[in-house]
Amino acid sequence: MLVELSIKDSGREQEMFIGRAIILFALVVILFATLVARMLTLQVVEHETYQLRADNNRTQIQTLAPSRGMIYDRNGRLLADNQTSFSLAVVAERVEDIEDLLSSIIKILSLDPQQVEKIRAELAKRSRTDAAVVILEALSEKQVSLLAVNRHRLPGIEVMSHLVRSYPMGSIAAHAVGSVRRLTKEDLQTVQPVQYRGSQFIGKRGVEAFYEKSLHGKVGYQKVETDAYGRVRRVLDVQGAQTGQNLILHLDSKLQAVSVDALDGRRGAVVALDPATGGVLAMVSQPSYDPNLFVSGISPSQFKEISNSIYVPLFNRAVNGQYAPGSTFKPVVGLAGISSSTTDWKETIDDKGWFKLSGQERVYRDWSWTKDDSGGQGEVNLNRAIYRSSNVYFYDLASRMEVNSLLSFARQFGFGRNLALDIPQASSGLLPTPEWKRKVKNQPWYPGDSVNLGIGQGDLLATPLQMAAVAATIANRGKVVRPKMLMSGDPSIDEMIGVDEPLQIVGISEEDWENMVDSMEDVVHRGGKGFRGNGTAWAYIGQNIGYRMAGKSGTSQVVEINQGEVYDEGKLSEFRRKHAWFIAFAPVDNPTIAVAVLVENGGGGSSVAAPVAKAVIDAHLAKDIARIR
Amino acid sequence: MSLDFQRSLPSYSSGAASSWYARIHVDPMLLLLITGVVLFGLVILSSAVDGNDALFYAQVRRMGLAYAALIIAAQLPPAIYLRWAPFIYLVGLGLLILVLVVGVKVKGSQRWIDIPGLFRFQPSELMKIAVPMAVAWYLQQRMLPPSLKHTLFSLLIIAVPAFLIGVEPDLGTSILVAGAGVAVLLLAGLSWRWIFGAFALIAAAAPLLWQFVLKDYQQQRILTLFDPQSDPLGAGWNIIQSTTAIGSGGVFGKGLYQGSQSYLDFLPEARTDFIVAVVGEELGFVGVAFLLTLYLLIIARGLFLAAQAGSTFGRLVAGALVMTFFIYLFVNIAMVSGILPVVGVPLPLVSYGGTSAITLMAGFGIIMSMRTHKAW
Repeated sequence: MLVELSIKDSGREQEMFIGRAIILFALVVILFATLVARMLTLQVVEHETYQLRADNNRTQIQTLAPSRGMIYDRNGRLLADNQTSFSLAVVAERVEDIEDLLSSIIKILSLDPQQVEKIRAELAKRSRTDAAVVILEALSEKQVSLLAVNRHRLPGIEVMSHLVRSYPMGSIAAHAVGSVRRLTKEDLQTVQPVQYRGSQFIGKRGVEAFYEKSLHGKVGYQKVETDAYGRVRRVLDVQGAQTGQNLILHLDSKLQAVSVDALDGRRGAVVALDPATGGVLAMVSQPSYDPNLFVSGISPSQFKEISNSIYVPLFNRAVNGQYAPGSTFKPVVGLAGISSSTTDWKETIDDKGWFKLSGQERVYRDWSWTKDDSGGQGEVNLNRAIYRSSNVYFYDLASRMEVNSLLSFARQFGFGRNLALDIPQASSGLLPTPEWKRKVKNQPWYPGDSVNLGIGQGDLLATPLQMAAVAATIANRGKVVRPKMLMSGDPSIDEMIGVDEPLQIVGISEEDWENMVDSMEDVVHRGGKGFRGNGTAWAYIGQNIGYRMAGKSGTSQVVEINQGEVYDEGKLSEFRRKHAWFIAFAPVDNPTIAVAVLVENGGGGSSVAAPVAKAVIDAHLAKDIARIR
Repeated sequence: MSLDFQRSLPSYSSGAASSWYARIHVDPMLLLLITGVVLFGLVILSSAVDGNDALFYAQVRRMGLAYAALIIAAQLPPAIYLRWAPFIYLVGLGLLILVLVVGVKVKGSQRWIDIPGLFRFQPSELMKIAVPMAVAWYLQQRMLPPSLKHTLFSLLIIAVPAFLIGVEPDLGTSILVAGAGVAVLLLAGLSWRWIFGAFALIAAAAPLLWQFVLKDYQQQRILTLFDPQSDPLGAGWNIIQSTTAIGSGGVFGKGLYQGSQSYLDFLPEARTDFIVAVVGEELGFVGVAFLLTLYLLIIARGLFLAAQAGSTFGRLVAGALVMTFFIYLFVNIAMVSGILPVVGVPLPLVSYGGTSAITLMAGFGIIMSMRTHKAW
């Protein structure tokens, strides 16, 4: 070692070091140049690419869901409004372990197994990993605060507040106002999907469905700066959403409530119209459902109960229930006879309680017919045929009329069509024609079909809404108005069809109209004249009445189960009973309300349906009088 | 001639004994350049901590400690380092073995020795200085340039700790330690033929290294380098976000505290390994160029001081420490800007964290010591 040291030349070693240091420094300079070149590439040459990338990183476009327009009744009472609701959402992309997260959420919120199952179902439905999937809705305030406290432990969750539909009237106005439902993929094919980004609900029934476009409003956008975790740090630019249009309906929520009360739990429907405009003052179908259930999330068992009920609460009997109108059709047949000059107000027949077509064996009976043949109304003209509701008179009249002239006359009243302007889902009923019968039943039109048609039976079907329109048309002395829900004529409401020109029923003189109105007034007010002299409804509603009402009862036979609804065999006897009808309007000289009442399997029209109609009209007129005073 | 050269050099130990910096054995120019980088680093860190002032002040305190380490290291004469070099190396090796046995695992890597209630330290950090010192100690007794035998023994001195650190695993430090040791060999005049031969050998062995030495995640990092978009949310995320940050800074940057990539947490490790991306984003090319210039001047000054050290040992140690500093910054910036795979190497004197700053500053103290103490 010492030997080595002795020959070590410190100077030479330093020289060599300097040489090597210079070479290494040159290498260092070259590598520095590489770094500079790299930086120049990134920051100068490709700067714009990276600038764009950084902007895309930090900015996002978010949609702002518009808040849905409110729905008011004619007196400014809320029928549908929006309330804040909190829901829990998960952004799958930001969750490390979904099972971990789920078990933490379940523990923190102490959820029951049923809710957990629902959450899993919602998670299974998700389609995008970067979008928030709502897994739990309608959180309570306590749940919201629990989630807020534990937020740091639950990466990827979001508590979102949003407005949800609320129906203050609940089941009372459900069928009139309709309801919204959660937006589905299928819905997006019927609307502009862009407008529904951020929307959770869509109008599915009633007014909510028909005026969807106006109620929904227009979607807005905001440009936000978000951090790497997707949290919004700043809002850069906002293009606000356009709130949906508010709607004012003809509906009178008090009258609506009175109508529900008057039906008193029985199955049926009440439709009240303003004869001057066709505005729907009340539209009730019982049993009903609570539309709020569909907003806050209905449990499968609840939904099953509602949709499987043999009383079909989701079915809107007022516009979709199609029933034989029975005797409520008689005023139309009578007027048809007048217009076709088949009869006049003086002509009488002898009503023995039964009717036979010449050369045929079949006997058509009156409702008053008895086994010992003691029934029958005796001498009957059109006036008496109306207030006594003589079947024989109308069998005879219909048998003598050209069937097509009767049908085309009835058609003017709206039979077989949907006259309503903004209730597209309303059924048209059925006005059977010889062509229809040949096509559908493959049978010719028999004279007996005309006979049955004369008393509103046979294949003829009408909805309560259609029968209310008939009452309104008679109240108007022939002016046909089209039923509508919307009152405000705001031109910005796209769905509102322009001016509807009222039609006039042709071939009936003013005098004829007054005679018919008088006859229907007799149905209610002609009393104290003995069994065969009183109006059919007098005994039930005519004795304690402070105004003049015109009406017509009907009791329709349930030959078959209508509407294609499947009813439980075991309950068949209940559903075989006759339907009770009553149509009415008041006050007679200046009608402000026209009503149709149907009580399913209720029995006699005068005894069951007429008191309901009276209660509704009483409430309406009492308010009218109060308003005038 | 060489003696004349030596004599012509200005000497801190004679003549200028009255100047304060000569008395405390520091080189004022190098200290000034280092302080420039430290201040620049603190300014950038003040942005990168994103309002977390406590972190900033913790770093200021650590830098104070680092300066103290520099001053202390500069006071120790080279003779002390020479005497202790082999012992420190052996103790370091012992600790490296210990760390693999009883070390504390942090983020999947066993690098720390924990002395409960007292402190926690990384033995590998010590080896950044101990390895070049040991190699220099070994070589300064031999004829230079080193013979094949001495070269191979030097490589053994380097390889054992580099391997032990590599299995912790801490690839970044392993590279730095190996680099420091190899730098000594290069500066000692290793034959060019062998250097190129070694390069050729490594190139030839690369496929084998790939197959048998590199772990899956290390392979992934290299693959990601060539195509970051292949795994944009996983391994590629860091590179995509750091290049985006740097590139979006442009020539003049978005302005201090204005970097959206770091402010909005897109940039991972913005305070530590990826802090140069914050420089690039907020201060632009101008800021990066300024920092690189400071670094280059530090290296130039460091090598200049090393060349003037009073002994072969001093020159080799000082020169190797300067090269370690260079490897540090080059690997870091090259990794962040996407030209080298991701390895955990901080940006010297700028990244948040105390350990590497203290080692680096002690290294500078040693460089100064080698130059400023009397020849021996």
